[in-house]
Amino acid sequence: MSIVPLIKRDYISKLAEQGKRVDGRRFDEYRKIEIETNVVNKAEGSARVKIGNTQVLTGIKMAVGEPYSDSPESGVLTTAAELIPLASPDFEAGPPRENAIELARVVDRGVRESEVVELDKLCLEPGEKVWVVFIDIHILDYDGNLFDAASLASLAALYTTTVPAARFELGEDYPLSLKEPPISCTSVKFDNFVVMDPSLDEEEIADARLTVATDKNGDIRAMQKGLNGSFTKEEIQKVIKASLDTGREIRKQLSESTGK
Amino acid sequence: MELDIKLIDDNGKRLDGRSAEELRKIKIEAGVLHRADGSCYLEWGGNKVLAAVYGPREAIPRHTQNPLRAIVNARYNMAAFSVEDRKRPGPDRRSREISKVISEALEKVVLTEHFPRSAIDVNIEVLDAEAGTRCAGLTAAGVALADAGIPMKDIPVACAAGKIAGQVVIDLGKEEDNFGDADLPVAISPRTNEILLLQMDGHLTVEEFNKALDLAIKGCHAASEIQKKAILDKYQSIEGAE
Repeated sequence: MSIVPLIKRDYISKLAEQGKRVDGRRFDEYRKIEIETNVVNKAEGSARVKIGNTQVLTGIKMAVGEPYSDSPESGVLTTAAELIPLASPDFEAGPPRENAIELARVVDRGVRESEVVELDKLCLEPGEKVWVVFIDIHILDYDGNLFDAASLASLAALYTTTVPAARFELGEDYPLSLKEPPISCTSVKFDNFVVMDPSLDEEEIADARLTVATDKNGDIRAMQKGLNGSFTKEEIQKVIKASLDTGREIRKQLSESTGK
Repeated sequence: MELDIKLIDDNGKRLDGRSAEELRKIKIEAGVLHRADGSCYLEWGGNKVLAAVYGPREAIPRHTQNPLRAIVNARYNMAAFSVEDRKRPGPDRRSREISKVISEALEKVVLTEHFPRSAIDVNIEVLDAEAGTRCAGLTAAGVALADAGIPMKDIPVACAAGKIAGQVVIDLGKEEDNFGDADLPVAISPRTNEILLLQMDGHLTVEEFNKALDLAIKGCHAASEIQKKAILDKYQSIEGAE
């Protein structure tokens, strides 16, 4: 660790001992979320999500392609994330590295496992032709908590997606059919403090990270722990409780801004 | 492909209702990204472009350093979802070429000799594309550089002209670009009218070229006013500023 993060760590920890965070939030307080949909005309669906200063844009494109041979009657979903150098002085151009791949896979899993997109309805001719859904995540401004921003932007974009059937001469365009979304909430731990929705500074000094995706019924749909620190059982239970509460708020906001 | 659409109607109006010398609507906002040293969001017709400037900072890898001046690295990139058929992410031959010509155009106006061994990175992301993205990108880059406080002789600006249905017009739209006869993107330094970037494809007579170049320069000056306003708007809105 270079010298700057060490100084930062010291400062953030000292504040935390007094129950404070650098930006004045409570430990379990989320930053302000803004969701804007249909921001890209060329995309089938799109959304820009801001969590504090973090900004993520997801665009959905659809095309007709071949199904995988092991699931001839379902559509294909692919997720890609680009940590473009526009978003941070530390991002470099080039093919996706570890971080971008992990991010895309976590979002992909959230969408796929919760079956938000009903892939079996995207079959055109079994074994021959299906719809392919491309989720492309573009990070525009990186100030911490990309996981939540990326999955929220992807969900919002999916909710506003129109299947471009007319362009492929397959009848009229229709809205993509979707089910209830799981909402991801990420917390990080440094020293013995657990804070929700880490800012970049908090993320940089964190020992451990935990993302919890919860659904409308209050069930857990996905979890991902990251970094080389650890959590106690009590901490995890606390994080889950906080994620459920915050998830409920975010779900409300998502449905208000997408009209679904 | 034979065109069955009329690019200019009997009243001299183009497909989107513009006249021959009318620009699409341009909207510019400076300082939109938190992490970048300078940034700009620009809408030009259906184009939506973001530009972010980082630097001057140490040029890496070191062999790219110039002991006498800074290098300007523009990187033009299209989002996968910005076009009709999804574009494979990452640089291709087209975007590499555009990145190069934009870098060269910007280097001309930036006072690079103030920052030896440094790099000034200019990232241009096309989020939504509708013909004329390189001009939109360069124009956004000019504002982002100014917002980053990079010393420059001038704020570079770009605009295209072209020929459709036998007539020279400014700022080609999507169909005009696809079915037109020629496209001429031009970037200038508006104070001196020096030409920083010039490309052409298609077919123009010398007379038509001269006319198109004049039109493009005229368009550059119009866009330049909007650039300056965007920068003023940002710094006037800062508390305590006059």
